[in-house]
Amino acid sequence: MIYWIALAALAATWLFSWKLGQGQARAIIAGGQRMHSLPGHYGSYSALWAVVPALVVLLVWSIFQPLVIDGMIVANLPEEKRALEDLFLNALVNDIRNMSAGNAVRDANDPVVIEAASLLGDWQSTSNILLTVLIAALVVLGLLISRRQIAPDLRARNRVERFVMVMLIMSSTIAVITTVGIVMSLLYESIEFFRRVPFYEFLFGLHWSPQTALRADQVGGSGSFGAIPIFMGTLLISTIALCIAAPVGLFSAIYMAEFSSPRARSIIKPLLEILAGVPTVVYGFFAALLVAPLLRDSGAALGIGIDSESALAAGLVMGVMIIPFVSSLSDDVITAVPRSLREGSYGLGATRAETIRQVIVPAALPGIVGALLLAASRAIGETMIVVMAAGLTANLTANPFEAVTTVTVQIVTLLTGDQEFDSAKTLSAFALGLLLFVVTLALNVLALRIVRKYREKYD
Amino acid sequence: MSGQPESRGRMSRSDTMETVRKGLRSRYAAERRFIWYGRGAIAVALGFLVLLVGSILFKGASVVTQTHIRLTVELPLEAFSKSGEVTAESIGAANYVGIVKSSLRDLFPDVSGRRDKRALDSLISSGAAYELRDHVLANPELVGQSINIWVSASDDIDMLDKGYIDRDVDSTGRRVTDKQIGWYDKLIADGRLERQFNTTFFTSGDSREPEQAGIWGAALGSFYTLLVTLLLAFPLGVTTAVYLEEFAPKNKWTDLIEVNINNLAAVPSIIFGLLGLAVFLNIIGLPRSAPLAGGVVLALMTLPTIIIAGRAALKAVPPSIREAALGVGASRLQTVTHHVLPLAMPGMLTGSIIGMAQALGETAPLLMIGMVAFIVDLPSGPLDPATVLPVQVYIWADSPERAFVERTSAGIIVLLLFLVVMNLSAVMLRKRFERRW
Repeated sequence: MIYWIALAALAATWLFSWKLGQGQARAIIAGGQRMHSLPGHYGSYSALWAVVPALVVLLVWSIFQPLVIDGMIVANLPEEKRALEDLFLNALVNDIRNMSAGNAVRDANDPVVIEAASLLGDWQSTSNILLTVLIAALVVLGLLISRRQIAPDLRARNRVERFVMVMLIMSSTIAVITTVGIVMSLLYESIEFFRRVPFYEFLFGLHWSPQTALRADQVGGSGSFGAIPIFMGTLLISTIALCIAAPVGLFSAIYMAEFSSPRARSIIKPLLEILAGVPTVVYGFFAALLVAPLLRDSGAALGIGIDSESALAAGLVMGVMIIPFVSSLSDDVITAVPRSLREGSYGLGATRAETIRQVIVPAALPGIVGALLLAASRAIGETMIVVMAAGLTANLTANPFEAVTTVTVQIVTLLTGDQEFDSAKTLSAFALGLLLFVVTLALNVLALRIVRKYREKYD
Repeated sequence: MSGQPESRGRMSRSDTMETVRKGLRSRYAAERRFIWYGRGAIAVALGFLVLLVGSILFKGASVVTQTHIRLTVELPLEAFSKSGEVTAESIGAANYVGIVKSSLRDLFPDVSGRRDKRALDSLISSGAAYELRDHVLANPELVGQSINIWVSASDDIDMLDKGYIDRDVDSTGRRVTDKQIGWYDKLIADGRLERQFNTTFFTSGDSREPEQAGIWGAALGSFYTLLVTLLLAFPLGVTTAVYLEEFAPKNKWTDLIEVNINNLAAVPSIIFGLLGLAVFLNIIGLPRSAPLAGGVVLALMTLPTIIIAGRAALKAVPPSIREAALGVGASRLQTVTHHVLPLAMPGMLTGSIIGMAQALGETAPLLMIGMVAFIVDLPSGPLDPATVLPVQVYIWADSPERAFVERTSAGIIVLLLFLVVMNLSAVMLRKRFERRW
């Protein structure tokens, strides 16, 4: 509700100040003077002055207001509460916030909490009044400034356009900021992790069991963070997936590009691409519910022991998922092979299959390899299928009938549910994430480079 | 000697023809084999698609109905009144669990023993008492009468009725006992058991009890999440595309931005979840499990899709339009906002819808920021804890009850329906507004 009111107020302010500026410009024109820009530009100029500073203040305020008020609450707590550990202090502050918001809380009878909650309520209403006054003042101030500045020689259009251009540039940097954010957050937490667990132990250790004792006196997992079994598991499942996707995708691409009629192709291609559009959680459910039991039962019938969370089931379904990546990209590179190569081969008497095998595929090979690498990067980063269909415990094996775990599964299991944020267990998820990021990035860059190099050859 | 070359020539010609013919036969066979490999590959891929969709449709379609049991319930005045007067409050406070149980026991008066009684009680859903309460609260004039009311059966009876539980299996191997099957048969014989439209599934939030679990909470969560995503990603994506395509000078910095966008499109989604956890939750302090945080993360994920589609759409607008606008004195920004952008808008919208469809199906990053929590209440805004459709599917897929398999499949059908609608509208938009210059 409050958002809608704020939004309506914003729109109203914008409209009002726009009309004001435009009206002022029109009045000047009516007075017989020539303006530099159109009246509408003066309207936008005035609206920007009225709305933008107020918006900036609103944003900054709503980010910092809770932090400041939390600090004030803590500072106001009695001595013995302030001496609490961070974890309990945070819980207490949370309780106070909930109490103030009228929710049920655990220690509703604690006088300290009751008092702090009422103080919090007071502060919040004070803060809101202050904010409202400040914003109103800023709007009025902005209107006054623009009112004074609007004159025949004010280059309103240029100023407004410069502002818009700055906004455009700022929004285009979001992509860079996101990448920086990803790298920084992964690096920061990973460095924390490597402070506790040596780097070489993580990269080359053969044993993975991230359960650490929560308390010093607890008997529990010692917590060993050797990631080799996880890498092997990821590699195994991705390999199985590629063994499915590479032949199926490649042959489909060749058939669509070389043999099928345009009509059939226009039906088959979108149908295949549906496979890439199905949410991965659906594949996961399919793998866990249908494929895994089927494999297990047929394995049992043949006398082979297949785990119900076997790498084979997850890899198989993941292979189906990445078929369209292989087929679409390969299709593109195969159709990009120049006609002259094809016709030269036909002219020498080769059949179509021979042309494909001996001319087209070799010519398109870099592109096909690029497609396979992109598909591999998808497979490595894929999460839901393996979370739902692969195992949870690390198992160093190359046997596709056994259960293995993957990097993404570990990240999910380490980070879902309640966790203490700065334990080696949760931090290890970020180290795995960093590794995943680096590997997939490297695969992508490599694939793009190979594809690009190939394109230069014929275009 | 003189005839030798000629005869050799004749010999070798027929030889050659023979070899060629033989070779041709095997070469054509190889060609046909090759074609069949291609057809086989496509058949395998499409076969999997059919199997995937078919098995889920097959498993999930039965969720449309839910087994109900008709109880004849006595509503004695004294159970609903405190000190003689019936008020809304006293109606709400009545012991509906007891009323429902006793009415069920009236149907089977010969059941005795605690164990059997409990087995009998478990024929109906634990939510039946609430259904009765809501009914009586809505019709307070019923107090003091005896009414017939249809209440939900428990998930086990529902599964039995839908044929998912095999009666022939030894009773230790199934979730319903022989006695319960006997009662079930008697209910059918009395006309007290019937499958009715499953409103619960389409109107309520999650529950631990399959027969009370619904998809609506997750659908609302998806709606709020996508709203946040759209509000962030669409303006950012469009402005970025406009800047890069129309204004950006060709230099190192723009190159860097472009490389970044392309790489972001290939970053595994779970990495965005880690970013959301480390930055949006732990540093900025957005609420956990809220559509706001989920929407922000998904916005960053879909941004590359929207930018790339937007740039393609802008590129497709012919330069003559820009030149004409500039020629009559428009500024560069006016050229873009008045002429280029409106022409590119259908393409940009198509890209955005496709990006939104991707975001709707995304699960992994949302697991990282706590949207996997068990949430019964329907979210009423982007700050309430919520879950989304694919995560709801994931949660249900993890639940052991047989009835949740049906719910999971039905949840997937709902999710796929939304995806189909979104993608179809993108296709229609493209068809309707696509212009060849």
